[in-house]
Amino acid sequence: MIEEIKNLIVSRLGAETVIETNDKVLQPFIFVQVEKLAEIGQILYEYDFDHLACITGIDNGVASGTMEVVYHFYSILKNLTLVVKVKVARNQADEPLPSVPTLSHIWQSADWHEREVYDLVGIHFEGHQDLRRILLPADWQGFPLRKDYEEQTTYHGIQVKY
Amino acid sequence: MNFAERIKTGEGGIIVAKLDDLLTWARLSSLWPMSFGLACCAIEMMGAYTSNYDLDRIGVFPRASPRQSDVMIVAGTVTFKMADRIRRLYEQMSEPRYVISMGSCSNCGGPYWEHGYHVVKGVDRIIPVDVYVQGCPPRPEALIGGFLKLQEKIKLKQNDAPKAIETLLKMQENSSI
Repeated sequence: MIEEIKNLIVSRLGAETVIETNDKVLQPFIFVQVEKLAEIGQILYEYDFDHLACITGIDNGVASGTMEVVYHFYSILKNLTLVVKVKVARNQADEPLPSVPTLSHIWQSADWHEREVYDLVGIHFEGHQDLRRILLPADWQGFPLRKDYEEQTTYHGIQVKY
Repeated sequence: MNFAERIKTGEGGIIVAKLDDLLTWARLSSLWPMSFGLACCAIEMMGAYTSNYDLDRIGVFPRASPRQSDVMIVAGTVTFKMADRIRRLYEQMSEPRYVISMGSCSNCGGPYWEHGYHVVKGVDRIIPVDVYVQGCPPRPEALIGGFLKLQEKIKLKQNDAPKAIETLLKMQENSSI
């Protein structure tokens, strides 16, 4: 299955699009170029992956300098699951946030999932219609699930630390 | 004597009491909590309201508005996002008002005390608390115990003068200077 999808993507978007495939693991995945993600999404949607089950944001830490976004797709029609991963460079203190193309125009469920990843890990989703914080208050500072996150001392006059 | 006569005579007892005592008795016999819950403790709180435990027998009866409530049961995890709302609800309650902090989270942050970036480490950092009920979550019996403790506390503190008006007057004085 994974080879078939890889060949499909490669034939449409070029060989360099797919970086790695692995079907020896519990959840077979393909690693793809982040710039082509929206086009790949369209191809997968046409391949009947009609359900985007989950989006996960991962901070690989300051030392590795990368962040990942993991997409779990499911095809209700064909009963297939697929994991797609992309990797982006981690931003330094005063650089803009790392950016990943949005999939919210293809799968509606991506809307809130991308907002959650933005809220907690700090990844910007290019082309998202309404990229606001979803869980934390709007005036919160920083992204709490980053490895180098430092809590603010007070929030609205309340001490944060115990 | 039939019923109509009996009701019109006006015979029967007179109770002489100090007004303070009477008010205290009235207060502790009708502790109306505000019906809101924040997390899993709220499930136990709802359990305490059911007919099995029958909190109604000690005059505890949930109200849907802070204006009609005497007690605020902070049942659950207080997040920083919720803290502003809780403070506002507390300020909307009329005095005398009491607060029961229910469960580890609202007592001290509970399991989130060290790594919970989003949790207020104890609701007493935003509003004054009268009774702390421990447990994670406390059983309904523990919450009822908390209410009995609060009743004791009200009984001992004979005069419960409103404090908010003093604060407001003080603020007015300061602003006029």
